[in-house]
Amino acid sequence: MNMYRSHVLVCAGAGCISSECKSVQNALIENININGLSNEVKVVETGCMGPCDLGPVVMIFPDGVFYRKLKPEDTAEIVTEHLLKGKVVRRLLHQAGENSDQAVTFDQLDFFKRQTRIALRNTGIINPESIEEYIARNGYQALGKVLSKHSPQETIDFIKASGLRGRGGAGFPTGLKWEFTARAAAAPKYVVCNADEGDPGAFMDRSILEGDPHSVLEAMAICGYAIGAEKGYIYVRAEYPLAVERLEKAINKALEYGLLGKNIFSTCFNFDIEIRVGAGAFVCGEETALLASIEGKRGEPRPKPPFPAQEGLWGKPTVINNVETWASIPPIILNGPKWFSNIGTNTSKGTKVFALAGKINNTGLIEVPMGTPLREIIFDIGGGIPNGKRFKAVQTGGPSGGCIPEEYLDTPVDYDSLVKLGTIMGSGGMIIVDEDTCMVDLAKFFLEFVQEESCGKCAPCRIGTKRMLEILERIVEGKGKVGDIELLEELSQCIKTSALCGLGQTAPNPVLSTLRHFRDEYEAHIKEKRCPAGTCQALVAYYIDPKACKGCGLCSKNCPAEAISGEKKKPHVIDLTKCIKCGNCKDKCKFNAVFTS
Amino acid sequence: MKTLEELDSLREKLQADMKIREKNNNITVNVSMGTCGIAAGARETMKVLIEEISKQNLKDITLTQTGCTGSCQHEPLVEIKKGADKVTYIKVDRKKAREIVRRHLMEGKVVKEWTILD
Repeated sequence: MNMYRSHVLVCAGAGCISSECKSVQNALIENININGLSNEVKVVETGCMGPCDLGPVVMIFPDGVFYRKLKPEDTAEIVTEHLLKGKVVRRLLHQAGENSDQAVTFDQLDFFKRQTRIALRNTGIINPESIEEYIARNGYQALGKVLSKHSPQETIDFIKASGLRGRGGAGFPTGLKWEFTARAAAAPKYVVCNADEGDPGAFMDRSILEGDPHSVLEAMAICGYAIGAEKGYIYVRAEYPLAVERLEKAINKALEYGLLGKNIFSTCFNFDIEIRVGAGAFVCGEETALLASIEGKRGEPRPKPPFPAQEGLWGKPTVINNVETWASIPPIILNGPKWFSNIGTNTSKGTKVFALAGKINNTGLIEVPMGTPLREIIFDIGGGIPNGKRFKAVQTGGPSGGCIPEEYLDTPVDYDSLVKLGTIMGSGGMIIVDEDTCMVDLAKFFLEFVQEESCGKCAPCRIGTKRMLEILERIVEGKGKVGDIELLEELSQCIKTSALCGLGQTAPNPVLSTLRHFRDEYEAHIKEKRCPAGTCQALVAYYIDPKACKGCGLCSKNCPAEAISGEKKKPHVIDLTKCIKCGNCKDKCKFNAVFTS
Repeated sequence: MKTLEELDSLREKLQADMKIREKNNNITVNVSMGTCGIAAGARETMKVLIEEISKQNLKDITLTQTGCTGSCQHEPLVEIKKGADKVTYIKVDRKKAREIVRRHLMEGKVVKEWTILD
């Protein structure tokens, strides 16, 4: 085997791919070849490392030096200075703020040092297309361990004792789900991976599939052994082509190594996995709709019970878990349930992966122990709100969740405390919004989403969300009427209690949650015809503060409607009859002289 | 893959290559690669070290490089660190490099006559 004195890890998560990491990687390899280092330095393409807004990022081992925002032309210096002479290229290091120190190695970044990685243990560290690298990191050891040393019931007991709850949203105890399926009488049984990640702003499942596909395969095989199934399906949305491609390669490699297929580890246990590509409908993340879609039917939900544990795929007992849940299984088997249950809170064990998106400095993927306060996630790891703006709320749980305002920032994040605040953990998407976001408009965005994604099978969801959306559209256009809030509440309650599936039952949540914490914003829109955040176009008028205006003329230059006039070095004015409310003047003004009513 | 033991031995073999991405390596071999070092032939020294360490399949060794350490007249310099212990070899040519791998890294004996006293 060849020894390399240095490994250069290039992040090839979707975020870095879209910021051109491929050309950086190619330039790196070219420069390594030019300098005759190709036998000494190995370039490894990994899955998502997490800090997506810093991409393209590169980590160089053995020291773990972390370079960010690289351009192809930076790579020559990295090769000649760092790889050849051992000198760190300081200008390419990360600096958190103007006054903070530069971080040389990745573990000096707040972003990394506060994390505990279990589901993401390999993501961003190994080459996802190399089963060898997965094996080197204890891959397939857990499968080997249960097959050669433990009974199926013992395996289920491990998962039960760990306290692991489903990471897909509902938080049902995983071990219990396996046990129900194991005890169901019918045969054959099935194992399903739900990789139909549909929440706006969520991308943890994609990152795990792209960055560490074998962890999901191994866990599904463990479950197959525990419940007595020989067949697994991964249902992944077609919008994730890279995940599909890497999963296919991983399955083929595992078959080649005899880690899937017949008589695994010389036992009588057989297990194989097939991929099913879904069309990317939000409702297909709902388990009964997902199962229908695998069967080749329309992706529509059906009433529960019977639950999939009793009657799932083709009417047979089925365990269906989310990607992140699967990725947590092998470490639990290897390190023991106690190790896992010691992390987290009383009712929420282990760690949770969150996808940070929206108005936050460090957008990206993180994993922290359950019970980590929101403030730590958003400000310490996430780096706070950009451009000196104020934090307003964090939206969790996607369309089925809700928002949490500033006064609850010290809440520890676990399943139960989020429910108390009127939202849910969900799959772990976190969308951060700042003072410039109108909460009525935010509710409208989510409702538009569920309205469009409603499968239409039941009337409350199909018609109810449509009516709610119409009311919200009226309110943001300044045509809200007294009584609209009460009507929204009535409709919400009605839809919650009568919709067929989880999607419909939670569809009104964005409205209920914003009403709970930001009712005054709804009232301002309806009664005063005013948008407090200053973003609902119909309700906003732009003015120039004559004291703050320096007369630089930048606003008038950028006004597409020629609505701004004024002499140089003297205060300008906006003609409200011509103004089209595009907000260009406010964005361009360097003196904060433009304000909204 | 027929048994857990087979998986274990494969893992052992593969781990040597991955150890570099963990920070708990046992022994660090550091080649000084300033302009002075490179001019004195440190690149050759590095190549030989890589060759020998991989040929002997030595584990728990991190081979890395630094810039000029200030004693340019002694280049090429190779520093071997294990915990707090540090040994610095001077004027390490290809032949010396091979010997250092054999005697120091494999047999655990410091080749005193090639070292500099810190």
